[in-house]
This record gives sequence, structure tokens and C-alpha cells, in this order.
Amino acid sequence: MFDSSSIIVGLEIGTSKVCAVVGEMSDEGVLNIIGIGQSKSNGVRKSEIVDSPAAEQAVRDAIVQAETMADCEIHSVYLGVSGGHVRGFTNHGVHPVVSADREIMQDDVDDAVKNAKSVNLPAENSILHAIRQHFVVDGQQGVTNPVGMLGARLEVDVHVVHGVTNRVHNAVRAVKGLQLEVESVVFNGLAASLAILTNEQKEMGALVIDLGGGTTNYAVYADGIIKHTGVLAVGGDHVTNDLAFGLKLPLGRAEALKIEHGSALFDETVAGQEITFDRDASGAKRSVCKEHLQRIMAARMEETFQWIAEDIDRAGLLNYLGSGVFLCGGGARIPRIADLATQTFGLPVSLGRTNCISGNKAVLDHPEFATAIGLVRFGSFQQSKPAPRNPITHTVKSTLTSLFRRG
Amino acid sequence: MNIAQNPNLSIRFFGVGNAGVAMLNVILARELPGATCVAINTDEASLADSNASEKVSLESKLFRGMGTGGDPERGRELAEEQFGQLKSLCEGAQVVFVMAGLGGGVGSGAAPVLARAAKDCGALVIGFVALPFDLEGARRMRQAERAQEALREFSDGVVCWPNQKVFNLIGENSTVAETLRSANIRMADGVCGLWRILARRGLMDVQFPDLCGVLRDAHAEAVFAAAEADGDNRAGVAVEKLLAHPLTDGGEALKEARAVLVGIAAGSQLTMAEVGKVMEAVNSRCGDARVFLGAAEDESLGNRLVVTVVAAGAGELEKVEPEPPAPVRRRVRTSADQPGLLDGEFLEKRSTPRPRSRFVAANPEMSQDEVQQLAERRASGSTRGRKATNKMHQGQLPLEIVSKGRFEKSEPTIRDGQDLDVPTFVRRNMVFN
Repeated sequence: MFDSSSIIVGLEIGTSKVCAVVGEMSDEGVLNIIGIGQSKSNGVRKSEIVDSPAAEQAVRDAIVQAETMADCEIHSVYLGVSGGHVRGFTNHGVHPVVSADREIMQDDVDDAVKNAKSVNLPAENSILHAIRQHFVVDGQQGVTNPVGMLGARLEVDVHVVHGVTNRVHNAVRAVKGLQLEVESVVFNGLAASLAILTNEQKEMGALVIDLGGGTTNYAVYADGIIKHTGVLAVGGDHVTNDLAFGLKLPLGRAEALKIEHGSALFDETVAGQEITFDRDASGAKRSVCKEHLQRIMAARMEETFQWIAEDIDRAGLLNYLGSGVFLCGGGARIPRIADLATQTFGLPVSLGRTNCISGNKAVLDHPEFATAIGLVRFGSFQQSKPAPRNPITHTVKSTLTSLFRRG
Repeated sequence: MNIAQNPNLSIRFFGVGNAGVAMLNVILARELPGATCVAINTDEASLADSNASEKVSLESKLFRGMGTGGDPERGRELAEEQFGQLKSLCEGAQVVFVMAGLGGGVGSGAAPVLARAAKDCGALVIGFVALPFDLEGARRMRQAERAQEALREFSDGVVCWPNQKVFNLIGENSTVAETLRSANIRMADGVCGLWRILARRGLMDVQFPDLCGVLRDAHAEAVFAAAEADGDNRAGVAVEKLLAHPLTDGGEALKEARAVLVGIAAGSQLTMAEVGKVMEAVNSRCGDARVFLGAAEDESLGNRLVVTVVAAGAGELEKVEPEPPAPVRRRVRTSADQPGLLDGEFLEKRSTPRPRSRFVAANPEMSQDEVQQLAERRASGSTRGRKATNKMHQGQLPLEIVSKGRFEKSEPTIRDGQDLDVPTFVRRNMVFN
């Protein structure tokens, strides 16, 4: 029997699918994916729940499927959230070192971080993540741990990801309604980057774009840390909607044609080609121009990338992406999407592979699962840290564990 | 009666993919004279087992001999690579039967390419495809549906065999091999039946266009069934077997069909009474469907009588439609390929129930003749008539503005003053001719 706490579950309630991934942490701290469950999402628009009962049913299906596959019972999950209301920005904190010998103590560091975290948020917003950046000691850049160093002025940047409290809680409530605990709420873009990037790539600098059904989430790493995050509430649904509008098709047909004939770049060879299909049950034929379909789709995808490029350029990070751009999410399956991204960003582009976790490779290799797998990874980081809330239980537990291990 | 082979018809059978080649093998075992059989697969072993006269190996360096791994895209690429060869195989054929099991890699990917090649050569293309079992999963089913649609694009007709229905046909304890063999045999029965109708000079001929007409209108699937019997009451037994066939659902399929093709073939001495018996059974069950009859003699059948039925059309549609202008509507649906006319059809459909509730019940002064007049105008099918219908409902149609579709009710995504929910091509004023 394994300790139940070694089971880590990531749950992503996406616009097109709900996905639950079960990971098992071995005693050596190695993470192994043992189960995956997914169901077609319902009642979710732009990554936010608009119909709770429908979404709850979808979550239940996914959880049950994951439980069956992993052969375990799921009690708590790490929940991924996204949506147009989620924003990321970087705040600056300064702390003067006052001690007589000018040695920087842990307290000084804590104060500096606290200053940086005290950001001016709208009342209805709350912080999802506050990610500490490198310290600056008296103008010296790139200090990772200033404790013990000498200095007069300690500065630190904190990247804050925040969202509207109530809208985040809608997702949490849907999960709690199923008698599941939410261990932590994680921004989807961050989760995806955790699943895909290796430490080396984080050091080199990388941009991870999660092309979801309802939103596009992205995160920028440079010098090994998260520098920038963002959400664009535009996703695969928009492409479908554009096609439905532009080609005058029902949404279902537009979705099918998108999957079958879509391309992120207009392909000259399809000029003049017609796609013929049964218009409805009567067997009457209808045809649409493949060129129009691809042009409409390419325009939307190109624009999406342009917004992201612009945002990252504004943050001054476009030149720090040494290892390039990584794409994941269902949108990464669009033919020639990598070519389009290369054109837009002028950087090497590759499809994200979840290569930092062991488990069934066939399951892990799907770009759609990157976010949920990243959530598990996030959970594994949390669990390997000592739990701060009740240190006594933790100590007892770890003592017991070590006793058993010796036995 | 001369039972010579129809000299004007050259028919080729293609088996694509593992399932297709298996079906082809069953057909080959029956030795149809004058038909050329071609097996196409990536799997050398399956090709080696087949005794088809022509074999095409789709293997190439592209995937290093690994097959397609169930990926239709790979199957398609491999077939495209060999497009020239496929085309040369189809050269000179008038009728090409494409047999495949959809859902896998080769069948789903290569069959549509083959159909295109055949079409390019000017042959009439009929697809015989098996759809996967439910237990094979939704993904394969989806692939199969997509492939079916692709195949339909280049075929004159596609006949589907849902493998799932084989379950009804077999005992619970039969083995996998038996199940598949049974499916293949049934399918081969159907293909041979059709072939016989087409290739044998008939007592009553079925023209190829008739068959195409039946298949082309079929929306989801055409059902086919074949049954054979001998002995004194062979016609009666054959009919019974036919109705017991899983695909006819005890005759339900006929009831819902819009067009039915019946082929009757016997070894010798096919009597009018036998034809009459079969046709009576079919006619009594298929309501107002168009029925095509073909009868042929085939020495090789000996004493047996074979009845092949192809029934096409979805029943639900017929039920939904209101009665009076039905004949006109049927003509519109079958003859019209232009979208313009189809639009007209849609308009009619939506507007037909309205006059009843609005004008007959609520407004007594909208008299019966006026309604009649309206119906007549519509029945005449002229543009004027349709225009008039439109005018009547003009006031009720909402003005179409740039709609945000499914994002209508959600919070707009605004960036730099632009609403990103509005399609990009609209905001960029892209013009499509």
C-alpha cells in the first residue's frame, strides 16, 4: 500500500475537454503518470464555467475515468484556471538593509519580497501566484540567494499572476461540489510550461504557448525563472466561429471542417479546391472553398500570435528566448502551426513534449495533456516542500516514513 | 436466353487495407469471370496471402516499412505517392468497386485517394466500406466517418456495412475469426449480387445510372442485403432470409427507404411468379420508395435463386416533412446540386408549417383557396413563387447583423479597442471573391 499523499492529481477544466491526470510520487521523489481521464467539456466558455451543472458532470466523468485507469481514489486535485480575467504583471520591491554590519539576513529578504508582493490590485481580485525573481543587491544583478551577502539596498521583482476572485472560485466550487478538495489553484499557462520545459530550456529562455479551445495562455521563462505570463481569451472556438460565420456553416460542421481541412498557413496548392459535403440529412450537397477556409483560419491564428508577440515585445523579453517557442494544447495539432509561429516570432518553434515526467509515453506525448500534466508537476513541487501549515504532523509523518524505510 | 457476360462493362474490384484485402479474398474465391481484382495494402504478408491478379504494395521509404500505425493521414500520403500507379490500374475500367474497412490507416487514408484516381480515369466508382465495431472506440469511428465523407466526395455511391450489426447476426460465443469471416462473407454476398446485376445481361436490365441514382441520394448509408435459396419455394425462402438479415431490421429498412434496387438472379428458369413474389414482398414493405428491378440468369448459380437488395435513404426525413407538396420537393432534392436551389428548399421547409398556425387558425379570412393558391405557386417551383413565399415572411425574419456566434452572450474580449470575438477576417476587411 502506498501512502495516499503520494497521489497527485491535476485537473484542467478546459473549454473543449476536461482532463484529469493522476501522478504517483515514489519515495525517491520520482513522478510517474499512472492514469489519465478526459471527457468532452460542457458549459465552459473561454475557459470559464458558464453552466455549473453541465461542467460538474464533465468533471465527474473525467475524474471517474482517471480513477479507473489509475486504480486509486481521488481525494484532492490541483486545479488549473484560466480566463480573460487572469493577468500577469511584475512588481518591484525595495528594502534597505539596516543592520550595523550590512549583512543581509533572511528577515531582510522576507521584507523585500513582502514589499514587492504588496501590489495594488482591484478589490475583487486576488493573487494566484507570486513568483519571485532574482535579487538585486546594490545594483548587482542576478543574485539568487542574497542571505549572507553584504549590501545596503536589497531589491527584488515579483511576478504576480492575479484573477477575479469570484470567477476563480466558480471553478473551485464546481470541483468542491463533487466532494473533492482543491489543494491549490494554478494558472494553466504556468502549468503547461512546467510540463514542457527542461531546466536547461528555462535557463536559455523560452516561450510556451498553450493553444486551448477557449483561451490561449502563455508564459515566458528567462534565466531559469518565469518572467512573464499572459492570457488571450481567443482560442480554437474562435476559429470555429470565424469559419461558421465566414463560410455560413453550422458550428458543428465548421468544427469538423476545421479539423479536417484546416491549416495555420494558407497553402497555395489548395487554391480553387472545393470541399463538398452533405448539407443535411436530405443528402443534398454543399461545397465551400478550401482557400477561403484556410485564409480565414490563417488570419485568426496569425493575429493570435501577433498579439502575443506584441505583448512579449512590450515586456522587452523577445530577445531573451534562446531556446525558442514551444507550442502545446489542442491548437498545436493544426497543420503548419509551427511555420506560422516561426514567421511571427522569428524564433525556432517546436511542439512541446512532456519530457520531464516518466509514464506511458503514448499518453504523455499528446500536446493537449501538457497543462494537466504540468498541474501534477506543480503538485509534486508543493508536496516535496515541507507543509508550512502544520509542521508537527509533517514531522511525525516524515519520521514515520523514515522508520518504515529503515525497516 | 443468352447469359453471356455483358461485353460493354469492365469492372474492377479493389481491396484496400487489411479488411479490404480480406473481403477481396472472399470474392476471389467465387471466381467472378471478367472482373479484375487488385489488392492494395502496406502489409506484405497480407498481400502475399491474397491471390488477386494485381497487387500494390504501398510500402515506401517514407515510413521505413512500419505501415501506417492506424493513421489515415499516413495512408493517404502513401497512396498519393503511388497515385500514378493507382491511376494506371484504373485505366480502362468502367466500374470500380472500392472495398475497404474504414477506421484504420490504409483503408481510411488510401480508399479516397483510389476513388479519386478512378474518377480521374472516368470510371464510375462505388465504395463498399465496413464501419468499425463500437468496441473499437470513438476515435476509429470518427476516422471512419471522415474517411467515408472523403470517399463520398469522389464516389458515385458508397455502401456502408456497419460491422456492429454483425453482432446481431452471430451467436454470443462465436470466435473473433468467425465474426470477421461472417462479416466478410455477407459483404461479399452483397458485392457479388451487385456485380451480377450489372455484369450479367439481364432479363430485365438494371442500368448503372439507376444504381448510382439510388446510392447518390443516400444520406448516411445505403443498406444492402443478399439472400439465396433453392428448392421449390425458393422465392419465398429468399424473401424470408432477406427480411431476417440484420441490416434490413426485419424489413424496417425498406419501410424507411427512399429508393430500393432489387436484383433477382437465378441459375435457370426464373419464373415470372418468382419475380412477382419477391417484388410483392418488397413493394408491400417499402411504401412510396422508388423501386428498381433487375433480373438476370446466371448458369453458375445452378438451382439457386439470389435476391440482392440495396435500400437507400433515411426515414426520419420523410416523416418530418409535411405531405402536400411532397412530389415537388423530391424533385428539387434529387436534381438540384446548386446551392441556390437548396436554399430555396430550406426556406420552404421552414415556412411551410407557418401559414397553418398563422393564417389558417388565427386568421379566418385567409381562406382555403388562398392557402391552396400559395401551395400551387410553390409547387410550380418557379422563382416567382419562391419570391412570393419569401415576401410573406419578410417581416418575421430578423435582420442579419455581424453576429458573434457562440460568443454572443459571453464577456467580450477587447484588446486595444478591438473586439477579438469578431472574426479576424471581418476586422481586417479581407475580401473573398
